[in-house]
Amino acid sequence: MLKYILRRIAYAIPIALSVSVVCFMLVHIAPGDPIDAIVPPDTPKDVVEQVRKDYGLDKPLPIQYAVWLGHVLQGDLGRSIATRRPVAGDLILAARKTFVLALTAAMFGFAIGIFLGSLAAFFKGTWIDRLAVSFAVGGVSVPHYWLGMVMVIFFSVLMNVFPAMGAGPGDWQWDWQHIQYLILPALTLSCTPIGLLTRTVRGIVSEILNQDFVTTLRGKGLRNRTMMLHVVKNAAPTILAVMGLQLGYLMGGSILVETIFSWPGTGSMLNAAIFRRDIPVIQGATLVLAMFFVMLNLIVDIMQTMIDPRIVRK
Amino acid sequence: MMTPQTLVRARNLNVKFVSRDATVHAVNGVDFDLAEREVLCILGESGSGKSVTLRAIMGLNPRAKTVMSGELKLCGEDVIAASEARMSALRGRQASMIFQEPMTALDPVFTIGRQIAETIVRHEGVSYKAAMARALELLELVQIPSAKRRLEAYPHELSGGLRQRAMIAIALSCRPKLLLADEPTTALDATVQIQILLLLRRLQQELGMGVIFVTHDLGVAGEIADRIAVMYAGRFVEEGPVRDVMRAPLHPYAQGLLGATVHAGLRGKRLTTIPGAPPDLRDLPTRCAFAPRCPMVENACRSAVPELRGPEPGRAARCIHVAQAAQAA
Repeated sequence: MLKYILRRIAYAIPIALSVSVVCFMLVHIAPGDPIDAIVPPDTPKDVVEQVRKDYGLDKPLPIQYAVWLGHVLQGDLGRSIATRRPVAGDLILAARKTFVLALTAAMFGFAIGIFLGSLAAFFKGTWIDRLAVSFAVGGVSVPHYWLGMVMVIFFSVLMNVFPAMGAGPGDWQWDWQHIQYLILPALTLSCTPIGLLTRTVRGIVSEILNQDFVTTLRGKGLRNRTMMLHVVKNAAPTILAVMGLQLGYLMGGSILVETIFSWPGTGSMLNAAIFRRDIPVIQGATLVLAMFFVMLNLIVDIMQTMIDPRIVRK
Repeated sequence: MMTPQTLVRARNLNVKFVSRDATVHAVNGVDFDLAEREVLCILGESGSGKSVTLRAIMGLNPRAKTVMSGELKLCGEDVIAASEARMSALRGRQASMIFQEPMTALDPVFTIGRQIAETIVRHEGVSYKAAMARALELLELVQIPSAKRRLEAYPHELSGGLRQRAMIAIALSCRPKLLLADEPTTALDATVQIQILLLLRRLQQELGMGVIFVTHDLGVAGEIADRIAVMYAGRFVEEGPVRDVMRAPLHPYAQGLLGATVHAGLRGKRLTTIPGAPPDLRDLPTRCAFAPRCPMVENACRSAVPELRGPEPGRAARCIHVAQAAQAA
């Protein structure tokens, strides 16, 4: 097993490298000269060339990439063009906030989704099932930004129970003063995972309940809670895969929600950086989020292998 | 009153599956008794209601859709009226079941040992460790080589024959009085089929179990059964001691089945086939269900479902020609 994990990590390295190439290239593939974002439009040509040289933008792309990667590996993501501060430090602070938000939304979404999905599967074809499925379809269909604004209007403006924006004063802490800021964005974000998990769990659990071995288990006279254990272990690999992907999306995909709630995470940071063409920040944030995705996939892969003995990946 | 030796008693047993689109009449008035240590073989083609009958005895048909009527008793317990909790206490304890396809009938992500042990823990309340020790004995009982290693094996790591042996070990884990076997050899290779049959026969004798064995294979039935019941369109159309039914079947359907099977008595003759297909169980005919395919059909066959007639003790068939058939034999 340890050998498998090590090998799997080794496989992740080329993936991570390719991702870094894409991240690096993103900025250069986009139309326009990145130098335009740094200098005002009426700067004299020789000054522009000087700045180009200072940022290393005059060198060939492969060399730029090598230099960039060398710095990245040392934890140096460059300096933000807009704020002149190191990207890495800001990114860590923002990533921590995003992580709090994504993890809360994920845990809430997964719990509700798994609950509704199992309920729907066990009562398939009844009104409980239809209700859960409608809820799920609603969850994946409703646009985040719309729901976020409705939440703000309802809970902040009209009822004044939760703050509308920000993440509370100072550093993040798990106390009510901070948590009250978390509730609305987390609820908004959890809609998609609730919907997806409900549908996935409903599908896989009802499929398992229809399998022959469940009849065998009933035929052995097992109690319901022992049967549940069998269902859970059979369903776990599939559900884990969906949960891993969802957590990845939540980490990277919360740009709209973070912007609406002014949640100072990577999403807001990325959003601001895109509008300012702040290349080092875009590169750094994208890279960190992509790496997070690669890592999650790795973890899910390993967990699946531990649960399902039929998966042997040599 | 039923005698203590009767494991299963069915009287006018009916099983219907009701859904919004249609009602499927799977079992339509089946009567039989199974005594201790007796082996009954239910013979029939796909869709004749044999598996449904077997599952009905364990209360394993899907509860929401199934409507049962008549009388059905398992070890004295009224299966039709019993709660799910009552039935689950009987299942695996008094009566166990083995299935056709051991690959799908075993949970793929639990070890063989675990799947045996959990049954023992459920019914006997012993520790998991003690149950595992019993599981090892059971694997040896069903002659699985290097049993100790196989306890830790997952179903996909075993061959089909070994999987079916493991399945049998699970079924026997609490020494049930009744074993229900739903085509346990159909999915296996011919050589393995014989091994499993011999094993079942030996275990049945050693443990003194009653067995109901469902199959569509006449050869298998002849190998293991004391009595045979031939099922067609949800009814027993013929019932009797295995030797009599095999030598001189009374019902034209049973005769057709025998004529379509390779066996020693047919040496030098052509195999015959039964024309047509079984009736649609959603729309059950009110006449002899076999009439459209029967070579001996006459008008009387189309007026009502024939009663079971017994020309000699222990034998019976649902055919108006029984007397002639018995004489011819």
